[in-house]
Amino acid sequence: MYQGMLAETVTVTGYHDDEIGAYLARPLGPGPFPGVLVIHHAPGWDTATKEIARRFAYEGYIAICPNLYHRFGPDLAPDDAAAAARAGGWITTDQFLGDAGGAINLLKALPVSNGKVGTIGYCSGGRQSFLAACELPVDAAVDCYGAFVVSSSPPELPFRMEPIIDRAPKISCPILGLFGVEDKNPSPDEVATIDAELTRLGKEHEFHSFENAGHGFFAVDRPMYRQEAAVQGWGLLLDFYGRHLQ
Amino acid sequence: MCSYVVEKTAVTGSAKAAGTWTPITTAVVAVDHPFHASVDHALIVDFSNAGRPVSERVALELSVASARDLIACMQTALDAFGEGA
Repeated sequence: MYQGMLAETVTVTGYHDDEIGAYLARPLGPGPFPGVLVIHHAPGWDTATKEIARRFAYEGYIAICPNLYHRFGPDLAPDDAAAAARAGGWITTDQFLGDAGGAINLLKALPVSNGKVGTIGYCSGGRQSFLAACELPVDAAVDCYGAFVVSSSPPELPFRMEPIIDRAPKISCPILGLFGVEDKNPSPDEVATIDAELTRLGKEHEFHSFENAGHGFFAVDRPMYRQEAAVQGWGLLLDFYGRHLQ
Repeated sequence: MCSYVVEKTAVTGSAKAAGTWTPITTAVVAVDHPFHASVDHALIVDFSNAGRPVSERVALELSVASARDLIACMQTALDAFGEGA
């Protein structure tokens, strides 16, 4: 454990070479440390997500959380940025991959980096963590209840989420999936479908589904928080990163 | 879940926040995780003026049950007023 850490905002060169803000938290000390890309959920680059980044620093990881809504207004409060994202059609897959790739480049270039990077995302970020495993040079990926991996959003909606499971053959790192059995999106059936497809493709992965937990069980600031699942989940993901990133 | 369920409609009227009335032109309606309300999912309505910053919008986050009650209440009121509304 690292009691001392440095947490600050930095600039990442992301999609189309745009400069976007990011939150960086790292343990004090010479390292070398592995890196973690923390992907914020749809409600935005918020306090709870930055707390997660600091938890990773405490655990000995350099954590970076890019503000994926930066282009809607770099100085907006998280709720205002999320409102702008809702009104503006969210962000594209290519934009996410460009910004995430920039954040990964920054992590790997740090003098205290050990050269390895994992990803983790929650909710919409879980889907994006799966995307990163398919498309970006990462060493481990954690998908926390990411929806729309095998399903689509209703066609009548103006903004359509498309499945991404067709990208799974490109996965180049182990994947840890953490889910709640009471979740409706992804449902247990969808989780089983993803699990089966990764097995069929020979992709290293481990999935855990928690009883008495639904969507968002890691969210300490929301009523969906489930203490037992969250504590077990933290243990599983730190063990997973320890095996693949240290 | 992050549902990405979002609808948008033009509106005519005004809204008041922080002691100031503002003409509003747009309502963005979503059912998704709220930012502040203590519910898993909420009906989120952002009333805004196209010419004003997003931080000046008037935002609501209502539990799904109370949102349904509110919609029924508004419909009842409009029906009671009749076609002249």
